[in-house]
Amino acid sequence: MPPDIETKKKPGIFDVITENYVWRSIFRHGYADTPRNRVLQVSANVWLHLHPSKMRRHGIRYRHTWCAGGLTFLLYLCTVVTGVVLMFYYRPTGEYAYWDVKYLDFDVPFGMIMRNMHRWSAHGMVIFIWLHMFRVFMTGSYKPPREFNWVVGVNLLTLTLLLSFTGYLLPWDQLAIWAVTVGTNMARATPLLGNEGPFGPQLGMTPRYDARALLTAGTVVGSPTLLRFYVLHCIFIPIIASILMILHFWRIRKDGGISGPL
Amino acid sequence: MPGGNPGIPEAESGNNIWSRRDLLSLAAWGAILTCFAAAGLAILRMLFPRVLFEPPTSFRAGYPVDYAVNDVSEKWMKSQRVWVVRTPSTIYALLGICTHLGCTPRWLGPENKFKCPCHGSGYTKDGVNFEGPTPRPLERVKIALGDDGQLVVDKAFRYRYELGQWDDPNAYVKFTGA
Repeated sequence: MPPDIETKKKPGIFDVITENYVWRSIFRHGYADTPRNRVLQVSANVWLHLHPSKMRRHGIRYRHTWCAGGLTFLLYLCTVVTGVVLMFYYRPTGEYAYWDVKYLDFDVPFGMIMRNMHRWSAHGMVIFIWLHMFRVFMTGSYKPPREFNWVVGVNLLTLTLLLSFTGYLLPWDQLAIWAVTVGTNMARATPLLGNEGPFGPQLGMTPRYDARALLTAGTVVGSPTLLRFYVLHCIFIPIIASILMILHFWRIRKDGGISGPL
Repeated sequence: MPGGNPGIPEAESGNNIWSRRDLLSLAAWGAILTCFAAAGLAILRMLFPRVLFEPPTSFRAGYPVDYAVNDVSEKWMKSQRVWVVRTPSTIYALLGICTHLGCTPRWLGPENKFKCPCHGSGYTKDGVNFEGPTPRPLERVKIALGDDGQLVVDKAFRYRYELGQWDDPNAYVKFTGA
């Protein structure tokens, strides 16, 4: 680092923390407010790498973005953290699931707030994803060169709704079972792959082997369905969604940052 | 251009379809993709278990005289999801699964109809749909007289009106006794 004014003044506590070998091995940039450090703070720091090193003035105006996409991501992080905590107490079998949710709600310390944070974050995520989509549509941000990122976003919307649907079964109460009975019965009518869908029976689809049986792990919504939805909810869909989110955020930068004002 | 251009090696002249390198590369990729495809098929098959641990489909439903003529019996509804209906000449069993999206309809005696609470599908006492979003009648299930004179109901065999299956001899029991 070239000698500058910073090195001549008496080091404060902040400098002691940040200007040493261990800290600099993790965060490779300095903190002096120079153009070079500003760029390095972002480009050399994995935690801040999502942010562009420079952005246009309109991009940080709330009126332009409502920060709806960012809030959707924040709520997703909330569901991930609270969801992992809930997993320590929840057993996804017909025998235990309902009682474990009761236990979480009424006896586990902070169990109720964790479950409610998970639930309301999930609801909020769905609301904010629609607001984000509405904003992107109204500001024309789906237009080239951002058309691919719009498609990624629509996939993320679908995955978010699927996360809500699979999570809906897990309390294992009457509401859950009948909602999922109705939801999975729609899969019977899948073209080609459902036993009541167009060309399904001709292709050999039966109630035992079709798209719905794939979801319910049998012919009725039972304990195997609960386990299958649990794995989809906790492992499969979050991983796919996370990968697409990385792609989504990366493409914002590669497509020229947040779109300009109309 | 017979014989090709003598100045250019055979592999680059375009006279060969594949060079040795191309062949090995394609073979390797083919092997890798075949492995993935086989693993994918295995995983797909694994998601359909051979044995389903679901409740038994067959049960004994008592003697025909237990049922009153023109009555829709809800005796087995809670445990088996089946209504047993006796007419002056026959007894049949209706499956309590709405043919719209699988909820459980309710028998409304005073209104003489089955009504689904989820989306409002309605069926007559026969099981034929007449209102709401459902596309077809309720299904009837196999019913027969057992050796001991009791009715035996088996939900694994279903009879659909729109396919003309309600006339199947297994879809009802003839009974006129008292």
